[in-house]
Amino acid sequence: MSSTMTQHPGTAAGFGGLEARSDAALNATARIAIRDLDFHYGANQALKGISMDYPERQVTGMIGPSGCGKSTLLRVLNRMYSLYPGQRATGQVMMDGRNILDDDVDMNELRSKVGMVFQKPTPFPMTIHENIAFGIRLHEKLSRSQMDERIEWALTRAAIWGEVKDRLHSSAMGLSGGQQQRLCIARTIAVRPEVILFDEPTSALDPISTLKIEELIDELKRDFTIAIVTHNMQQAARCADQVAFFYLGELVEVAPAAQLFTAPRQQRTQDYITGRFG
Amino acid sequence: MPGEQHTVRSYAEELKRLSGLITRMGGLAERQVADATHALVERDSDMAAQVVQRDVEIDRLEREIEGFTIRLLALRQPMGADLRIIVAAMRISHDLERIGDYARNAAKRAIVISEQPQIGSLNGFQRMARLVQENLKNAIDALVTMDAAKADEVWAADEPVDEIYNGIFREMLTHMMEDPRNITAATHLLFIAKNLERIGDHATNIAETVHFAVRGDTLTEERPKADASAYAVIRPND
Repeated sequence: MSSTMTQHPGTAAGFGGLEARSDAALNATARIAIRDLDFHYGANQALKGISMDYPERQVTGMIGPSGCGKSTLLRVLNRMYSLYPGQRATGQVMMDGRNILDDDVDMNELRSKVGMVFQKPTPFPMTIHENIAFGIRLHEKLSRSQMDERIEWALTRAAIWGEVKDRLHSSAMGLSGGQQQRLCIARTIAVRPEVILFDEPTSALDPISTLKIEELIDELKRDFTIAIVTHNMQQAARCADQVAFFYLGELVEVAPAAQLFTAPRQQRTQDYITGRFG
Repeated sequence: MPGEQHTVRSYAEELKRLSGLITRMGGLAERQVADATHALVERDSDMAAQVVQRDVEIDRLEREIEGFTIRLLALRQPMGADLRIIVAAMRISHDLERIGDYARNAAKRAIVISEQPQIGSLNGFQRMARLVQENLKNAIDALVTMDAAKADEVWAADEPVDEIYNGIFREMLTHMMEDPRNITAATHLLFIAKNLERIGDHATNIAETVHFAVRGDTLTEERPKADASAYAVIRPND
């Protein structure tokens, strides 16, 4: 066979780009390290003994059928579940040398470090400027010029500055769905988090807006560690460096994206990605 | 092809159809190799002409498989084993197309040779053709049954083909040195032997591809090879 067939075993030939990206993921240090994580909604166990790493400045995709626990895990990473009674997580979720599940963790500090972007764009009914400034004011006191600078930076990093710079004081509700989602990403990064969680960020968007968000995620991973939950396997394949497949609350397999989508090790992963799920 | 039933039945049927197309193309390529060899040994120029004509059917199948695989890639966005099989089908169709071309070329030369004085025995050609046909058939069977072990056997079984080829190479040089009137037939026969040897190599390519489709990894070690003719030197005055 041709020279493309001479790569190391366990990876597919002919997917050079994806593979290079994924190998980088393996070498990166873990920004978040999860060990033996269990999660309960009351009596129901939604996550069972999860152990995995989120490599620094890489995109980790989380896939699996509905109810598999992927969104639950995302909500553990910024302790959003703490807002609800009867939900509890045990185990270790290590970040910056401490277990974020500990009772004495400062939630405001944690959520400024771990930002989240939701499925549906959630702009506040305020001006575009105020949407960004709002979150910053919760964490920092900035002078007016510093604030303007930060807002421009966030909007630029979220690839929407050019579209809104002349209407910063108009309502955010007048933006299109794709623009609103990028505004929400700007709002998230404005507080300069270290980790960004995306919960199906494009499921309410058209294909072009989706591609813009994916392009943006690719751009953002230069500065941020990213976790993305998606129902769209092609999206995970396009965006993620490593992909984790969950089923019935268990982590079945986590692997570089190219490997997981061409030659997964587990039969359950294989059945899921090829659409043979029972 | 992968075991459990696909959630989308029409997709499963498309994968089955792809497998059927490859099997048909493989069967046709086997037959072309067999008939070209038969035409050579029996000095049957009519059969050789049929082989030449029939090659368009292999080319047509290659185009059909290529179009179909591109369509599947675009519309189904396959993953995992499905992706590997579809990519494998595309690669294998190219190998089979080349095999068809070599068989056609051998048949064309068989027509010329049928008008030349017979030189020596053509047993080596028959044995060589039988081996490459068998390898080709086993490689295609391995794909249909998703049998990586069978593919690995084919991959390792090309050595005897190379050895027969080396023997024919030496024999033809001897005929040419004995009598210059043998040169036309012997040269064409050398090319036919080379064609059969190339067909054997494409059969091992197919086996490699099948291994990849089934296992998801690639055969990386050096394949056993015994073609020494590339280093041959003759010294007529010795």
